[in-house]
Amino acid sequence: MSAVPTVTPDAGAAVTATEARRRTGAPGSAGGKVFPTLFMLAFLVYFLMPLTWLFIASTKSLDDLFSSFGLWFSHFNLFDNIDQTFSKDGGVYWTWLRNTLMYAFVSAVGAALLAAAAGYGFAKFDFKGKNLLFWFVLGSVMVPTTALAIPTYLMFSKLGFTNNPLSIILPSLVSPFGIYLMRIYAEAAVPSDLIEAARIDGAGEFHIFRSIAFRLLAPGFVTVLLFTFVATWNNYFLPLVMLSEPRWYPLTVGLAQWNNQATQGGGATSTFNTVITGSLISVVPLIIAFVFLQRFWQSGLSAGSVKG
Amino acid sequence: MTDATATADITATARVPGGRRKRAGTRHSFAGFLFTAPFMVLFLAMFIAPLLYALYLSLYREQLVGGNTFVGLDNYKEGLSDTQFTDGLKRVGLFLIVQVPVMLGLALLFALILDSGKVWFARLYRVGIFIPYAVPTAIAALLWGFIYGRDFGPFADLADKLGTSAPNFLGDRTMLWSIANVSTWTYTGYNMIILFAALRSIPSELYEAAAVDGAGPVRTAMHIKLPLLRPALLLCAIFSVIGSFQLFAEPNIFYHIAPQVIGKAYTPNLYVYNLAFADQRLNYAAALSFLLGIVVFAVSYVVMYASRRQEAR
Repeated sequence: MSAVPTVTPDAGAAVTATEARRRTGAPGSAGGKVFPTLFMLAFLVYFLMPLTWLFIASTKSLDDLFSSFGLWFSHFNLFDNIDQTFSKDGGVYWTWLRNTLMYAFVSAVGAALLAAAAGYGFAKFDFKGKNLLFWFVLGSVMVPTTALAIPTYLMFSKLGFTNNPLSIILPSLVSPFGIYLMRIYAEAAVPSDLIEAARIDGAGEFHIFRSIAFRLLAPGFVTVLLFTFVATWNNYFLPLVMLSEPRWYPLTVGLAQWNNQATQGGGATSTFNTVITGSLISVVPLIIAFVFLQRFWQSGLSAGSVKG
Repeated sequence: MTDATATADITATARVPGGRRKRAGTRHSFAGFLFTAPFMVLFLAMFIAPLLYALYLSLYREQLVGGNTFVGLDNYKEGLSDTQFTDGLKRVGLFLIVQVPVMLGLALLFALILDSGKVWFARLYRVGIFIPYAVPTAIAALLWGFIYGRDFGPFADLADKLGTSAPNFLGDRTMLWSIANVSTWTYTGYNMIILFAALRSIPSELYEAAAVDGAGPVRTAMHIKLPLLRPALLLCAIFSVIGSFQLFAEPNIFYHIAPQVIGKAYTPNLYVYNLAFADQRLNYAAALSFLLGIVVFAVSYVVMYASRRQEAR
């Protein structure tokens, strides 16, 4: 970890040059880094402490959890905990993990495809009412998603459409922020001349989109995909409202329910070790994805902040 | 930006000779409509339709005598004088006034430090502080619930070693700030990345000019970086305001640890949820959803307006 570079590769050449000058320059310049480094390290401890605790707690048996010191290891019981987590209640954790993956994956691919097509349509074509439609969609970013969840539930229950995977996936497909992002992206990434050239060659509009524009839109597509994936993976309110049977639960709702049971059970009859280990398993995949896909986050978030 | 694209398209179409121009243009515009159509259909079905249905519901009331009756704005009037709802609004208002500035202040400070290059292991903090955003809010609430807990939380353990007892993090006076801590922990890194990305897009010539003028790092931050960060900060502020009013997962999960403190209406969203599911008062829940949406809109607008005014000054 000590080999982590201080200057990011994406920093401009000029910044790197000043950096080098600063570093080789006055002897006091190294001293100038001590205080900011200590400051950031102190906060890093705060941000990583809960997850460190979660990992340590996952390695303990239920007895050790209560009897040993929280911020250090006791007997290593992680694999037994994992085993208990996956076999509890007839292996329902597998079902929750599969549901979460399925909801997140289908929503992400669907939302990103819809956003790519619509963003391309908004950016590269002119049609009646286009701007009105776009501003309408953009305004909806301000509507709180949980304020929308209850109305959506009320409508779905009237139609007898709750308690199934589509009641989670269909609302998750609509990503107004994704449309905004893809429109900006398509305007910059797909040259109008290229589209026109393909038209003169006799290519159809859908063919142009599929074989030319889509490739140029790929980085924006991945960004929207990631955002929707994480948003659906993390969703708690919508599935809590829509689903009434554990077999459709995602991890968030399932684990919260296990925790409620453990809290009510209290003391020795509780199974907090499965809740803790289950929580750890549920956050590991996303943490890995975050660390390795960081540049997509940064580009996506900076594109979003171009216009306030 | 739209107009520029539109003009480019028109000039491009104009190259096609003679009578084909107009037909091609119409065909293209219809294709553009088709590209947006799948999204717009879902948008209407999943966004507009539920809102309209809830609006309709909110104007009716289920009564013992006479069944479903039109009551006009009665549900809204009841909501405005319902202290459980207004107390919840005040509570998230207090939360917002304290938590959002603390979180955005920290995120801004981290972003400025990372951007200044005056720190070792910059990438480590950038990733490390962002990681909690990968933890779902519900899981973060579970996790902090354990950490605050008296049975096996690290604070209770530490206090035990010191021979005292840890404070009750989920008590009457501490609950709101314990929830604020969960939000700060989860979202500071997200805001930091937005601000850091915005800082990276500032052209470096500006810094060089400031350095020539003899400006130190603090003056550069105050007079060059901060004004240019305004749009990104505004975006962060608005998203945080919307997020605060939506508080649900944390109080919903802490309810099972401290039912007396949270109750049925700790936040407006929790209240609406309980009205709809525990009490089956769907019409009233729909009206309160709308009232909450209106409050969020109004507060977001005030934030935006205040920022514009300051910019104009």
